[in-house]
Amino acid sequence: MTDNGAARHLIELEGVTKTFGTGPAAFQALKGVDLTIDKGDFVAIMGPSGSGKSTTMNILGCLDVPTSGKFRFRGTEVQSLTRDQRSLLRRRYLGFVFQGFNLLSRTTALENVELPLLYRGESKAARRKAGLKALDLVGLVPWADHTPAELSGGQQQRVAIARALVTEPDVLLADEPTGNLDTERSIEIMELLTDLNRAGITILLVTHEAEMAQFARTIVHFRDGIVERIDRKVDARGRHAVDHGGSA
Amino acid sequence: MFGIFGATLLLSLREIRRHLLRSFLTTLGIIIGVAAVITMVTLGNGVTASIRDEISSLGSNIFIVFPVRTERGNPRPFDQSDIEAVASQIAGVELAAGSASSSAIAFHNGQNWTTSVNGVENDFLRAQTIDVVQGRMFTAAEESSGQNVCILGPKVLEAIFVPGTSPLGEEMRLNSVSCTVIGVLDERGQGGGGQDQDNVVMMPLKTVQRRFVGNTDIQSFVVKYDSDYASSGIQDSLVSLLRERRLLQDGQDNDFNVIDTAQVNDALGAATGALTAMVAAIAAISLLVGGIGIMNIMLVSVTERTREIGIRLAIGALAREVQLQFLTEAVVLCCLGGMIGIALAFGLSYGLSAAVDVPFLFNPAINVMSFLFSAVMGIVFGYYPARRAAQLDPIEALRHE
Repeated sequence: MTDNGAARHLIELEGVTKTFGTGPAAFQALKGVDLTIDKGDFVAIMGPSGSGKSTTMNILGCLDVPTSGKFRFRGTEVQSLTRDQRSLLRRRYLGFVFQGFNLLSRTTALENVELPLLYRGESKAARRKAGLKALDLVGLVPWADHTPAELSGGQQQRVAIARALVTEPDVLLADEPTGNLDTERSIEIMELLTDLNRAGITILLVTHEAEMAQFARTIVHFRDGIVERIDRKVDARGRHAVDHGGSA
Repeated sequence: MFGIFGATLLLSLREIRRHLLRSFLTTLGIIIGVAAVITMVTLGNGVTASIRDEISSLGSNIFIVFPVRTERGNPRPFDQSDIEAVASQIAGVELAAGSASSSAIAFHNGQNWTTSVNGVENDFLRAQTIDVVQGRMFTAAEESSGQNVCILGPKVLEAIFVPGTSPLGEEMRLNSVSCTVIGVLDERGQGGGGQDQDNVVMMPLKTVQRRFVGNTDIQSFVVKYDSDYASSGIQDSLVSLLRERRLLQDGQDNDFNVIDTAQVNDALGAATGALTAMVAAIAAISLLVGGIGIMNIMLVSVTERTREIGIRLAIGALAREVQLQFLTEAVVLCCLGGMIGIALAFGLSYGLSAAVDVPFLFNPAINVMSFLFSAVMGIVFGYYPARRAAQLDPIEALRHE
């Protein structure tokens, strides 16, 4: 996990393929994906079911490795790392938000948020301090002692976001974070993500809702295991032009 | 590292508390196993101790010799010359003293009581460490002339004498023989053969031979030897001397028995030790079965918590950290079971020792060993489920419902 100063991009996918199963039952989920993402970007990955967007997300989240091709994260060739090395990478640089929230049900909001720090070996006092700070970012300090069952869906997802933020990650990966929420809650979550992005965190979002994707600065469209199109939105500061049908 | 270990321990306790009934039922095997092993060993120790106690009441460094029946006929008794030969001809023998006995009815104060009368000499009493607590032993004159004096066992005293009065100097009758009470024996309890050693009246050997059995036979005798000599050497000399005196040919079996109290002690100790070991081994099997129960429930727990494992892995837990968590849970479960088992065993062995009238000997070693063993069971039977948890694929685990 050395910082490679020569790396120009935070994330680089190069000819990435992913095949599940073997023999006649084999299914190729990714058929050669090239994609680069820069630090500070807000990327939405869109596409219909089976287009390969979740598989891509798993690879970007270092949960899975490509069958062939290269995935460089901060210049490190992730596909050649061991399971535990990838765990260490996730622990250090990545935060996850899932569609189903995935909170530990018997533990309080604060304990859920503190969990990643436990694996970093932080002291109890440090965990508590950082946990409360992260809960403050999502506006849930008053609910710190509540268990997930006592929180609404939107609040649970905020706890999950706080848990992802507590380690001060470089990248936040959100897989359908609004999939279980109504529109109003969804927009609140997207606004929260936008704020975090403005604060400097790179955000990778997987969604099938175009409305939610509009919050992103870059929209990557997947179809049948390849990148079909990349839209780069002109934001308020007018930094980007729309770019159809090519890699960046 | 302590942070994560402490947190893991805390988490394990929380998981156990959450499924209190399930955890209890799971550890029941361990609890019963540990309790059974400790109780059996503790009781075995108590029984061994009580048997040793009884055997040592026979006296130490002594042989007891008595004739036995063979295919050639009834037991042939010894006589005084045999005893004198043993005492004078075998190196290391300190003394040899014979006895003859008969059953008799004791009369005093209008009461009667069935007992046995033993004709002995003072040496016999000393060799077998039979103590006189009131009065005195026989005088040389009483022994040599066979006078009518007697020393009472405590049972006889209790049966026919008025409580609280001294029996010393009182006249009593045994069958038709009257005698003067000169002493009372110490309490000795049940003998190794089950007879009551306290229901006895001791009289000089010559008196019993003349007045009760009507001959000069020695029915059995005791040989006390110097503890510096090897008992086996003395026993060999004793046997060959007696064979010679009893005119036994080569190839003929001994028509007498020599009992070495030290050997009996060892043999009984070995027998009860083997029995204890066997029962403890059977109990250990239940401990093993308990361990399998732990493994089963840990596998269930891993399946139930697949999603939790997925979350932990996704946020960066290493495989070994997940493994440690489940292993800790299994070990904590087993250790709790072990502790409950030890407490249960303490109560059980205390109660049972009292019930079967053996001393309660708390054995720290077996308690510590059982506890450590249950912890090891946790490691052994928790290893596979923990490893399975650690090797889950995070993506699959997160999808698990």
